[in-house]
Parts: sequence; C-alpha cells; structure tokens
Amino acid sequence: MQNIKHIFRKEFKTYFISPIAYIVISVFLIIIGWLFFSTFFLEKQANLTKFFSLLPVTFAFLIPAVTMRLFSEEINIGSYELLITLPVSFRDIILGKFLAAVAFVTIMLIPTIVYAISTSFIGDLDWGPVIGGYLGAVLLGASFSAVGLLASSFTRNQVVAFIIGMAICFSLTLLIDFVLFFIPDVFVGFFQYLSANHHFQNIAKGVLDLRDIIYFVSLAFIALYGTYLVIEEKK
Amino acid sequence: MIKIRNLTKYYGDLCAVNNVSFDIKKGEILALLGPNGAGKTTIYRILTGYLRPTSGNIEVMDYNINDHMMAIKNKIGYLPEAAPVYKDMLVYDYLDFVADIRGIEKENKMEHIKELGDLCGLNEVMHMTIDELSKGYRQRVGVAHALMGDPEVLVLDEPTAGLDPNQIVETREIIKRIGRKKTIVYSTHILSEAEATCDRIVIIDRGKKVADDTLEGLQKSLKKESFEDIFMKLTKGN
Repeated sequence: MQNIKHIFRKEFKTYFISPIAYIVISVFLIIIGWLFFSTFFLEKQANLTKFFSLLPVTFAFLIPAVTMRLFSEEINIGSYELLITLPVSFRDIILGKFLAAVAFVTIMLIPTIVYAISTSFIGDLDWGPVIGGYLGAVLLGASFSAVGLLASSFTRNQVVAFIIGMAICFSLTLLIDFVLFFIPDVFVGFFQYLSANHHFQNIAKGVLDLRDIIYFVSLAFIALYGTYLVIEEKK
Repeated sequence: MIKIRNLTKYYGDLCAVNNVSFDIKKGEILALLGPNGAGKTTIYRILTGYLRPTSGNIEVMDYNINDHMMAIKNKIGYLPEAAPVYKDMLVYDYLDFVADIRGIEKENKMEHIKELGDLCGLNEVMHMTIDELSKGYRQRVGVAHALMGDPEVLVLDEPTAGLDPNQIVETREIIKRIGRKKTIVYSTHILSEAEATCDRIVIIDRGKKVADDTLEGLQKSLKKESFEDIFMKLTKGN
C-alpha cells in the first residue's frame, strides 16, 4: 500500500516537471471552452448539457496523451528495468501510475467549474446534473486512463501507445454510437451497453444508476488487469 | 549465499543462457566475465527478477526466485548496464523515491541519502536534474541507487563502462570499499580491473560457463601467464 503512494507521488510530480501537463490542460480548456461557448448564447439555456456531451470525445483523444508515457517511456529509456528490480509489486506499480493519471484528469477538470459558476449567474442552473456530470467525468476519465495505461504497456513507442489508446477510446464513444444506426434492433441494447458515451450521458443527466457505475468500474478493472497480464508476460 | 542451478534462458529460439550453475559465497567479490552477448546481462536480469528463466533455479539465502522474489529484491541492489535512470527527476528526488520504495524510515532517510552522496560523490549535484549530468555522474547515481537501503548483495553490470580513467579508478575504489562488507557480482571488459578487485572469476561464453576459479587457479590449469591470454583461449578457441 505504501508503495502505491510512492509510485503515485513520483508519477504525479513527473507530469508537472515535463511540459506535457501544461500543454494537455491548455489544449483541453481551449477546445472545450471554445466548443461550449460558441453556441452557448444561441441556445439560451442555462445548463452544461453541451459541455458534458463534448467530454467523451475530448477525453478520447486527450487522455491517451496523458497516459502514453507511463510505461512506454520507461521501457524505452530502460528505467523500467530499475523499477521492476526494486522491491515493489506489479500491482503497486500499475495502481500508482493509474491513480496519478486519474488525479491529473481530475485537476484538468477543476478549471471548468468556472463554466458552471458563470452559467449560474446567467440563469437558474440545476446543480443536480452538474454534480452528476462531474462525477461521471471522473469515472469516464478513470476508465479511459486505465485503457491508456494498457496501451502504454504494449509498446516502447509513445506515439504508437497514443494511437492505440485513442483508437480504443474512440471506439468506445463514437464508433459504437455510429454502429447503432446500422444494426438490427435486437443488438441495439447490447451495443448501447458497450458505449462509454451512453453510460456517461446517463450519469450527466443527474441519474445515478448502479449499472452505469458498474460499467466504468469494470472497464477500468479489465484494462488494469490486462496491463498486469502484459507486463507479467514481458518477463 | 547465492546458488545458481542449471539456469537456462531462451529468447524465442535463441539460447542466451545454457545450463549455467555456480555459487557465490558470502562476502565474495565475483567477476562474471565474457564477450559481448555471452549472456551475463541475462543472468543478472534473472537474478534480480526482471526476467523469468526458461528452466533452472536461483536461490538467494534460501529464498527461491520462483516463490520469494520480493524477499530477494529486498536483498539485492542492482546497477543495470548504462544506468538508465529517470532523466527529468532531480538527483535528490530520485534517491528519495528509491529510499521510499526500499522502505527506509523518514527519520533516517535524509541521513542515508547524505551518506550515499558522500560515498558516491554526488553532494554537489543533488539539485540538478539527471538529464544535466555527465555520464560519469549518472553512473554514480546508478551506484547510489544500487546501494540504497544497504542491500547485502550487489549486482553491478559493467559499472565502469564508458567512464574516463579517473572515474574508473574512483568506481573501482568504491567497489573495493563496499566490497569488504557485501557480496558483489560484477562484470567488466577491463581484465586488469577484474584482476585487481575480485576474489573469483566465472567466465561465460555463448551462454555456457567455461571457467569458474580464482585467477591463480586458471593460470595454473591453463598454463598461461596473462589474464588476456586466458580469456582469449577460453572464449575464442571453440
């Protein structure tokens, strides 16, 4: 348990030593702020629905950029060998890195609370969906971080890790929703259950359904367990 | 102290280590020598838990690598070849991180890092990032990493490779100084260095053990005077 904390601290610090943290946070705020506010006053509705509907796609390409270095860089420069030969278990390494990524994503979301506050000045904002939305965003960010970590454990090349992670995250958001138009009705329920976007939008409505939470928790668990199997296999 | 038994490692079809067995006694400095690609690094990597052997076994103080790897990792300090360390961390932060993982308590941590800084000559670069250091200093960070937590066994993979003559002498002095209290396995391509520091020599060639003796023993049995001749005869002849 102690070791998870030590790995977490190191990884989290490293994010802010390198420029990547500042670049990702700026890109995130610029893109999401622009897309959200460009139509905000046309819609004349005091809510954050638009903001939350943009999150899954934005996360799908930003989170793999946050997680791509976690294993790839270590394998590439060889520090992976130092880490593995220290008395720390694979479980602690994976969880430490994972939690650092989740903490980073949470910090990335904090400035956007300004959107909620400024919206509440303009009209009568219903805070239920906003709180639900942020909870959902952390769950979504955590499960995508786990997917990104898995992608990072596959390869020593960060660009490849980024592309694999992004491909999986995009499949879980856009692709599945797109497929829904073309498949027979009997399968719609099944494919909808696989869609991260579907579950996230449920939570963002302010409805906390156990099924949606289970979906994100199990997605994160499967990806983290997959990461464990990949690094175990590398021995 | 360490018993290596019938160790074999395949990378796909390539046999990197072929049925190697030898012992390392407590307090001994053992030089594991051999040409490049002989399988030394693979043996180190299995001993330190980075790789799993295809077959065979290693015991470190009655702990088995298959069942008690974590206990073994606690006993071993390892310096991989070329000391690949986290480049964007400060030297102090890095040593602090390793100290945490090694389970050194907060009260003793500062003191221990300071001691290692003195021993490895790192005190003046503690607040630089590892990226800014020269190769010699980076190597010293690697040595400090290996010594952190005072492990009983040290595994050093070519600790003097790529260093200038002064640094080689310094590193050799460090090895000799810490070698009085610890069991050390290390490799080098500078034969005179092995001659000067080690108690026993194991030579590996193409994955197989070809010699395991003291230098005098090898000189006698092979009827050769110089270490170079012995090395060449053992690793080039077949």
